[in-house]
This record gives sequence, structure tokens and C-alpha cells, in this order.
Amino acid sequence: MSSYDIVIIGGGPAGLAAAASAKREGVDSILILERDTQLGGILNQCIHNGFGLHTFKEELTGPEYAQRFIDQVEELKIEYKLNTMVMDITPDKQITAMNRTDGLFHIQAKAIVLAMGCRERSRGALNIPGYRPAGIYSAGTAQRLVNIEGFMPGREVVILGSGDIGLIMARRMTLEGAKVKVVAELMPYSGGLKRNIVQCLDDFGIPLKLSHTVVDIKGKERLEGITLAAVDDKGKPIPGTEEEYTCDTLLLSCGLIPENEISRSIGVDMEPVTSGPIVNESLETSVEGVFACGNVLHVHDLVDFVSEEAAAAGRNAAAYVKAGGTLGEKSKEIPIQAVDGVRYTVPKKLHVNRMAEEQIVRFRVGAVYKNCYISAYLNDERIIHRKRQIMAPGEMEEIKLKKEQLTGFDGLENITVKIEEA
Amino acid sequence: MYDVVIIGAGVTGSASARELSRYKLNICVVDKEEDVCAGTSKANSAIVHSGIDCTPGTLMAELNVKGNEMMEPLSKELDFSFKRNGSLILCFSEDDRPNLEALFAHAEKNGVPGCRILEKEELHQMEPNISDEAIAAIYCPTGGIVCPFGLNIAMAENAYTNGVEFRFNTAVRKITKTEKGWLLSTNNGDILTKVVVNAAGVNADIFHNMVSKDKIHITPRRGEYCLLDKTTGGLVSNTIFQLPGKYGKGILVTPTVHGNTLIGPTADDHDDRDATNTTAQGLAHVISAATKSVPTVPVRQVITSFSGNRAHEDHHEFIIKELEDAPFFVDAAGIESPGLTSSPAIGVKVAGIVADLLKPEKNPDFNGTRKGVLDPKSLSEEEYAKLISEKPEYGNIICRCEMITEGEIMDAINRPLGAKSLDGVKRRTRAGMGRCQAGFCSPRTMEIISRELGISQLEITKNGGRSNMVVGYSKKSIEEA
Repeated sequence: MSSYDIVIIGGGPAGLAAAASAKREGVDSILILERDTQLGGILNQCIHNGFGLHTFKEELTGPEYAQRFIDQVEELKIEYKLNTMVMDITPDKQITAMNRTDGLFHIQAKAIVLAMGCRERSRGALNIPGYRPAGIYSAGTAQRLVNIEGFMPGREVVILGSGDIGLIMARRMTLEGAKVKVVAELMPYSGGLKRNIVQCLDDFGIPLKLSHTVVDIKGKERLEGITLAAVDDKGKPIPGTEEEYTCDTLLLSCGLIPENEISRSIGVDMEPVTSGPIVNESLETSVEGVFACGNVLHVHDLVDFVSEEAAAAGRNAAAYVKAGGTLGEKSKEIPIQAVDGVRYTVPKKLHVNRMAEEQIVRFRVGAVYKNCYISAYLNDERIIHRKRQIMAPGEMEEIKLKKEQLTGFDGLENITVKIEEA
Repeated sequence: MYDVVIIGAGVTGSASARELSRYKLNICVVDKEEDVCAGTSKANSAIVHSGIDCTPGTLMAELNVKGNEMMEPLSKELDFSFKRNGSLILCFSEDDRPNLEALFAHAEKNGVPGCRILEKEELHQMEPNISDEAIAAIYCPTGGIVCPFGLNIAMAENAYTNGVEFRFNTAVRKITKTEKGWLLSTNNGDILTKVVVNAAGVNADIFHNMVSKDKIHITPRRGEYCLLDKTTGGLVSNTIFQLPGKYGKGILVTPTVHGNTLIGPTADDHDDRDATNTTAQGLAHVISAATKSVPTVPVRQVITSFSGNRAHEDHHEFIIKELEDAPFFVDAAGIESPGLTSSPAIGVKVAGIVADLLKPEKNPDFNGTRKGVLDPKSLSEEEYAKLISEKPEYGNIICRCEMITEGEIMDAINRPLGAKSLDGVKRRTRAGMGRCQAGFCSPRTMEIISRELGISQLEITKNGGRSNMVVGYSKKSIEEA
């Protein structure tokens, strides 16, 4: 059985950034396992621009952004295996993987970085009634067909869900000559970035119907049409509001689910809100030496933040390995409580002594908030009170905790992050 | 000129074809769909019923119990998934106890072995997740679960390798009695045969009524289901029924042979034989009724929902006989639940009737065994490693949810009566049947089908007909311009 200091599961943006940073921290023995035919993950099919504004101060396409990190991995001579599926990981970090050339093989790792990304919620998980014809795709599958495989999934399109991939595909399908009739969103607000609504829908005159959903699917062979209805504030369709749309394609962009089947096999504790592992300040899961970053941890809005988070995970994994399998002494565990509109936080807990000088805490809000404050409390003392003109569930928020401030706070029991009205 | 033409390649037709292939007969199975197992046989509870709830003395009761007995040895001969997990019929109130006891009395009359009534304590020990409201239950240890696709495809493949011809995309339009035999007019030309076996499921009354003055009437009775993620696999170990009502066995909660949980079906009579759509009301009813048996059914773990039409004949009885006013026309009609369970026994009965008519010789070359698509997960690690070194495709995972390899998909396409569509691959390998519902693997599977069958991806369908997956090239239009 071969062994590596750090094995990184997934060669997408998270895995690449984690690998590069771990290597720069001085760990040589690193292996990336990637199931696809090339590194870069989902970025390879995201041929639109808008990536990298934070990281590189320029607008790149997905493949260009990925290539910057692939180049780093190549320059740093980090080993990787493509076309390789990880089948299982044990709690003592033995990995079982498989590919065509090596067959079924085992690797012992000292530390593991989980960077498997996420998958799209399917039609089945949404439990939309109706027929099950051809022509119903998740937006990402359609994106792959159009951008990588070179096929058109259909000509007359309805999109359910206003997640970013759905918005991007509304524009993509339009540019490829399809007619996108409507984007429907169950919630009273969009799940995607504001800039995508402007650039992908408004600029092309594609209507966005908020508080609407698909209530019926017609067509026994190929999709022939759908019925859209308005929903009430509980998300239930309102009788009498049904509208028929003829279409041969229904794209679904109704949420992303972190892909944690392998994390569960290791036995890491999970956070039900994010469907990702619970991590501490070091992005370490409940299993020591197993770290998580990127969309497998929580679904991000921008890849720049994935790269930043993954670099931290890589650094921490390197520190763990270099210290002989430990992150050192830990001070008392301080929980971070997400309340009053804050759905979750990553990390969910921290040890003050192990914090970086500045600890980023990321989260999403549960509704649209206008002219409100993001507040953070140490016990009952408010230390952050930052005004935000608008916050929406589609965009990630963050606060920065200063180690100095936390160290100097006597009797710290908990940290609370909340939204406060003006 | 065929000796026998079987209309329908579902479980009934395929079981009949396999049993008839034991004889030296020229047999053809026709189906309007592009594959076997494309109708009700693919959309049902996947249960091997014990037979306790059939009315004593009926053909249903007889063939259910026989089919149940045959299922285990057949699963070994034909290599499909079957498990005798037991079933429980729950009673929720003392008022219903007389009904429970009346049903229990069927066990002896129908010859269902091993049944007993469990009182509350034992019941809850056996199934900790069932509702506290359940006060007693009938336990039927012979109840089982089966892969319905596996069973159907296995019987059809075995019939095929024993010489039975299959014609797909062939819809029978008209049946006429001629001097030479029965003339079947189809969209793919005329077919002449001595004997017709009518195994057309929800359409069986159409063919029966073409040739007989004694009309029968089949009502499509829709059953809607929800399938839950494999993470729910341990929810119950037995199949959990409720005391039956007027429209059948009620909503059940059952593990599947593949480790999912299945809940359903509804029972909703309608008049469109092809209407396999689910409805908002139906799905809501499935969930609420399943929750009555197992309150913790994790409905957020639903990965797909589907519906199938039971072929409910007005008299709720299997009709398996040569028609009095249409000699050499054999019905296998009214095959609703427990049709899947009974199918092996129905096949034997149909073959017996046909053999009496044609007095055929035995087929000396008949081989009743068949190997299914090789599941590398069933191999030891050494065997698996050896397999990949010989056939590297088995090292390439295509469906990540069900961990299905390229090797298995190639096997499904290239074997006898192989898959031609995405659903065909799915039913033979489970690729696309997992939690992401083919989001990840469908472009990859399309590539493999295209390569193995030598067809353009534009021709690839979900399940035949006009169910094409893609409609054109994304970049070609630019090139053309």
C-alpha cells in the first residue's frame, strides 16, 4: 500500500488550491485524486466569464481560472491521478480508490482534505408531479452537454429555480439559438447572484417569475409542456393561477447539495443546514486530520472564496502533518451560534489559541434583508455591528474575528452571529 | 408462420416465453415499446407477496403462493436479486381486530406457510420504527422483495437465448382469424401464428375483445410511489402493509433489494392506459399514509417518484385460459397485483395450455440458467483486481451514486436482448437510478451507448420512440452559418 502525507479528494478549484498551499507550506508528499479526465472540476464547463475578480483582479472564464491553479499544481510538481474514483475512506485514513490502470488500490494518508464539491438537486428530490419524459435536465448537466459535449438538449426552454447555473444556462441556451420562455423561482427572491439576474435574464428579456413553481409535466416521450403556478407564502401552489407553457426542455436549478457520501463513510459529524461536515477554525472535521473545503463543506457563491478557504485548509493540513499528526494544544472549544436570520456559520466552533490572526466566518442569510446589520457577539458583548444595504440568500456573507480581541476576552463561552434590524 | 406469438414483453409475457422455450416451438414476443419491462412490470411495489390477502379458492391465490415458492430457486437459476424479508400487515385499532383475524384465516386456506399474529410488544421489537399506534400484525415470513426489472429481463433473456424471437416497437393493430391461423396486423407488417398469447397487461382487454364475444373490461388503476435514498435502507426490514381496504393492499413501506426504501402505491381508477404520470394529490397521499405506518419516514430523502397502471379486470381475478369462442387464443389477462409474484407460475400455466394445444416436443437444448450483468461489487478484492486488469472498463466508474462501471454498462448493451436506451441501461445496471437521478452519468452513458451501438448521440433516447435526449449540435449552427 502506498502512503502520502496529504491526500486530497477532488481536483476541482478547492482541491487544487488546497494542494498548492500545502505544498508551499513544505509538505512534499501530496496526492490529488480526481474522478474526471482532467483537473479543474466543474469550472471546465463554466465557459462564461466573471471568475477571479477577487483572486486575480481580472475577469476570467472558468477554464482560465482553473488553469491558473492547474499551472501552480504542475509547477509545484504535485502528484495527481485522473479518472480515479474514491470508493471508501476509513476513520484511520485508509483510502480505497479505483481506476482503469491501477485497478482497485489503497492509500494510507496522514491527513486528508475533502474537496469533492457538490451535486445538483434532481427532479425526483423536488417531487414534481407529472410524466417523466426526456428533456428534463439539471442545469449543470445541460451545461455539460452544450459546452463540453457539443449538443443542444432542446429548443424551447423553461427553467425552474434561479440558482446561478440556471441563470447562466438561460443566457447560454439563448445564445445557442434556443428560446428561453421563463425562469420560475419558488421563493420570493432569487437564489442566484444579482449580477447574474441582470446579465443573464434582464439583458435578454427573459422573465423571472418569483413565487412560482412547476406543478405538472406533460409529454409521454419527449417533454411537451409544463404547468406553472404561483405559490403562497408557504410555497403551496395557489389554485387558479396555473399557466401552461409548451416547451421541449425543463432545466432545474433548485439548489446544490454537498457531496458527502465519502465523508459519512469516514464518520465525520455533519451539519444538517449545509449538508456539509461540521468544522472548526482549522477547517478540520470531527475526525482529526480530516479537513474540508469548498462546496463539499458549504455551497459557495464565488469560486474566489472557495480558493481562499481551500488554501487555508491546505495550510492547516500541512501544519497537522508537520507537527506529527496534531494541530497542537487546544484551548476551550467555543461554539459559534447562528441565530436571527443567519442560517449557519463555517466554522461552527473554534479554539481561540489555534485561530489565525484574522478568522473569516462565512454564512448565508435565510431571507432578503434590507438596511440591516450583521452583528457578532462574544457572550453578550457586541463586537461587530456592520450595516448592509441588502443581504440575500443567494450571496455569501462574512465577518472577520480578530484573535487579539478574542484572546483578550475573559470568560468567553460562545460567539453569536445574527442579523439585527436598523 | 409462428407456432406462438406472445403480445407483451412484461413479466407475464416473458415468463410465458421462457416456459414455452422448453419446447420445440417457433415463438415470437411482440411489444409496442423498445425494450422488455417497459409497462406495469417496471412500475410496481417490487414485492413477492405471501398470498395471504388473496381471496381463498381463486386462481390469484393459487398462483401467488406457487409463484412465491418458485421465486427463490428461479432467482438462482436466472441470477436476479430476490430476498425473503418477510411481511407484516399492521392493525391500528381493536375495532379492526376481527378483520385482522379474518385475514389471518386466509393463511391456512391459501396455503401460506408460517404466518402468525404478533402482539404489540413483539411487533415493535421486530420493527422499532413502526408507529406506536400499531397494536398487532400478521407476520408472513414467506413475503419477499425482488428486483422487478431483474426478474423480467432475466426471463426474457433466457427465453431469447433458448430461441424465442423478440420484436420491439411493434404494436398489434388488428387480429383476424384466417384459415392458416391468427393474423396479427402490426405497424411492422403482418404476423401469422397458430397460437396467440395475450399478455398485454393494461391493454389485454383490447386484444381479447378483438376476437371474443365474451367481452372483458380492464381499468387502468394508477399506483403512485416514492423511492427514498439508500441512506434510509435500515428504516424497516420487513415489508409493512396496512390492513387492506377496498382498492387493494393499501400503502406499504418496504425496503428494496437494492437497499432503498419504497413507499406507495395509491389506487386511482382512470381511463388513460398510457397515463403513467404522478399527481400532486397522489404523492401527498403516499407520504401521509406511509407516515401512518412508519412516522419517521424521511420524506426529504425522496429521490424519485413514479406511477404504474395495474391491469384491473372487473372481476379482480386472473384470466388465464384458451378462449371458448376463439380457439388457439390464450388469455393471460387481468394480471394485476400479485402479478409480479405470480409471474413464474403464470408462465407455467400458460405454457401448459399452449402445450396441450400444440402437443410440441421438448426442446433438448433448453438451458434454464442465465448469468446477469456482472456486478463487480460482488467479487472479492483479488477477483475484482483481476477483472480490471483483463477489462479495464471495470475500473471506470460511470454512475457515481450506484458505483456502476463502464464495464457493466457495456455488458448491458452487448448482451442478448441488450439495452438500446438510457432507461434500458438503467434497468439492467442501475446506472442513473441513484440519488442524483442520472444528472452525472447520463452524458457519459450516452457516449458509451453511441460508441457500442455505432449510432449518433442524436439518435439516443431515454426509452425509445421520440424520447431523444438531445435535439442537435450546439456548435454546428455556427459552423453552418
